Amino acid sequence: MGQKILLDKIHIPGIKTYDVYRQNGGYAAVEKALKHMTPDEITEEVKTSGLKGRGGAGFPMGMKWSFIDKKSGKPRHLVCNADESEPGTFKDRYLMEHIPHLLVEGMIVSSYALGCNLSYIYIRGEYMWVYKILERAIKEAYAAGWLGKNIQGSGYDLDLHVHCGAGAYICGEETALIESLEGKRGNPRIKPPFPAISGLWQNPTVVNNVESISNVPWIVLNSGADYANIGHGKSTGTKLISASGHIKNPGVYEIELGLSVDEFMNSDQYLGGMMNDRPLKALVPGGSSVPILPAHLIYKTAANEDRLMTYESLSDGGFATGSMLGSGGFIVYNDTACIVRNTWNFSRFYHHESCGQCSPCREGTGWLEKVLWRIENGQGREEDIELLWSIQSKIEGNTICPLGDAAAWPVAAAIRHFRDEFEYHIRFPEKVKDRNHFTAEPFSQVQHLMHKQTL
Amino acid sequence: MKVTIDGHELEVEPGTTILQAARMMGGESVPPAMCYYSKLKGSGGKCRACLVEVSKGSEADPRPMPKLMASCVTGVMDGMEVKSITSEKVLDARKSVTEFLLINHPLDCPVCDQAGECDLQNLSFKHGKSQTRYIEEKRTFEPEDIGDKIQLHMNRCILCYRCVMTADQLTDERVHGVVNRGDHSQISTCISKAIDNEFSGNMIDVCPVGALTDKTFRFKSRVWFNKPFNAHRNCPTCSGKTTVWMFGNEIQRVTARKDVYHEVEEFICNSCRFDHKEVSDWTIEGPRKFEKDSVINQNNYTRPLIPVTIQTEDHILKGREEDRKKISMKDIPLTPKNS
Repeated sequence: MGQKILLDKIHIPGIKTYDVYRQNGGYAAVEKALKHMTPDEITEEVKTSGLKGRGGAGFPMGMKWSFIDKKSGKPRHLVCNADESEPGTFKDRYLMEHIPHLLVEGMIVSSYALGCNLSYIYIRGEYMWVYKILERAIKEAYAAGWLGKNIQGSGYDLDLHVHCGAGAYICGEETALIESLEGKRGNPRIKPPFPAISGLWQNPTVVNNVESISNVPWIVLNSGADYANIGHGKSTGTKLISASGHIKNPGVYEIELGLSVDEFMNSDQYLGGMMNDRPLKALVPGGSSVPILPAHLIYKTAANEDRLMTYESLSDGGFATGSMLGSGGFIVYNDTACIVRNTWNFSRFYHHESCGQCSPCREGTGWLEKVLWRIENGQGREEDIELLWSIQSKIEGNTICPLGDAAAWPVAAAIRHFRDEFEYHIRFPEKVKDRNHFTAEPFSQVQHLMHKQTL
Repeated sequence: MKVTIDGHELEVEPGTTILQAARMMGGESVPPAMCYYSKLKGSGGKCRACLVEVSKGSEADPRPMPKLMASCVTGVMDGMEVKSITSEKVLDARKSVTEFLLINHPLDCPVCDQAGECDLQNLSFKHGKSQTRYIEEKRTFEPEDIGDKIQLHMNRCILCYRCVMTADQLTDERVHGVVNRGDHSQISTCISKAIDNEFSGNMIDVCPVGALTDKTFRFKSRVWFNKPFNAHRNCPTCSGKTTVWMFGNEIQRVTARKDVYHEVEEFICNSCRFDHKEVSDWTIEGPRKFEKDSVINQNNYTRPLIPVTIQTEDHILKGREEDRKKISMKDIPLTPKNS
């Protein structure tokens, strides 16, 4: 069993409440930070820890903190991004649901490090019950003197608010989140200026994921160097993985980065192997927006090295033979899954969630979805595969925010690795009419049809 | 600051964007802009038609920028090198943006009042293809009445947000905006409110396509059948400097004066635009000139017409005499008298 940082105390009964959390060493990091450390020392510790942003992009957190504009003298803000809406990712919800005080503690320490006196947790609207849990935790923290004016006599003031979104995936993009928090339409802003210079109400702002912030108390209590010792190479620390799909034990797991994919998927301690012992077909390792991996590239990279659960190893080989760790939404498919339907489903999601601001994404995501729907329902044409490829390549990189890329990558990867399945849908429309066409006849059984010469 | 665009060097002030620098230079390198409007603060960056390649970031950091940049919102740096029409990638991106903008745009140019002065027409003329790859049904919206002066055709909208910014920055109260999201976002008013602000008519001028058109001009004429004149009047609310679009002795439409990038020189008020359509209201200054390839020049001759005589054998141009029987309008001869 690897070391646990976030889920260490999760099974203590009543850890949701302040009293139990405090008795189990909670808020010690705030005490230590406020009494014995300067803000810059904390930033330095986070920098040495090598903690990468856990929201998906994997940008080093300490680096992000050091970009914040402290010279202008404007008030600074820390915003916690709890708008976790990526299909396949549900780790933040688990953390906030079970141990909300960890996030509150992390917010206090991080805000202190950044010199913020007003911080926000932006939570997605669908998590209404989690919103209430957080509200209660914050109320308890106020009552115990961990928030408000002059925290524990240190002279440091902090106000923390939870803000509820209205249910838009795009508000997980940091500038759209800021717009939404300001009460506007959640359209991503054009960068530069970056939020670290001009964010919430034109003030310097740092936006961090729930999991990233929850790691900070441990780093403060121990040290950045200790944190860097966990993990593998540049991927330091632990990561929450939300596993779903055709596996025996789906759920949220905390793993030390550097665990091999093989062990993670097949050991009983983690996912416990494939459900019903059907063969593995594909894997989406980091939430819906990362490229899908075919079976032969899951356990081994293209260079025939073991694939590890690290940022580097999962993206080994670029998009041609690799993927990304992303936000840790680990989706496993067995041979009954239809990749075309899955890609269509992802595309439908991005079509629905595009903000409609810039034209490639607004028009392109809808187009992708419609073409994929046709293929999936047996109305595809041979040229549609080329068309899909062309549309996705025109969206990628030409949009304001990464949603365009996120919509394009899964389609590109599906065509790259599962082209024959698309062709099968097009050539044998009568076979794919049913929703469950691969349940009765997995693709491996009908693949020979593809090679038959037809006139 | 020194910036190089397509190999041409020029000096610009700090804070200039690439697009502005290119416009200072003029010529073929100027990227097309569907959403950027220099008179509106915060516009630009949305349509992605103006993407350019930055092959050298600046003198201090010579790395090229990894993605194509929207030239209308990217400021120039000293020593920056930009590729506009010299880059294959950029032309490709423009083609794809044109395609994206057109897949859901109705092909109703023959009945659209904007035809002839439409930015999307110009863009697709330059970067579009003659075939479509989009076989699905086009997206449509329910028609909506937004007031008695302005006609909204949501199907034609390309969501440039210009009209929203106009209402924000010119009028004291914005009653319309973008509702919904994704490809269903639409320009609409809140609770069916009519747009009746005194400067609301400028939304028509800033609209790059025919989504917002003048109801008082609706279906009256094609713009190239009008003769545009610069005119002015003594207006208490605005500058009163306009272009009047005449048909014979009738003023069919009044707009603000637009420059070569189709941006207005000065915004005008609704009273000038909609309520003063008598010739006696205006002092005519002279014909309004347009860029030389604009279709508006079709009926806007500034020089006498000289018939061109082509020196050739008799039957080649006109065909055989026995084939040239007139079926209709027999009393009018086939060949004009003076030729």
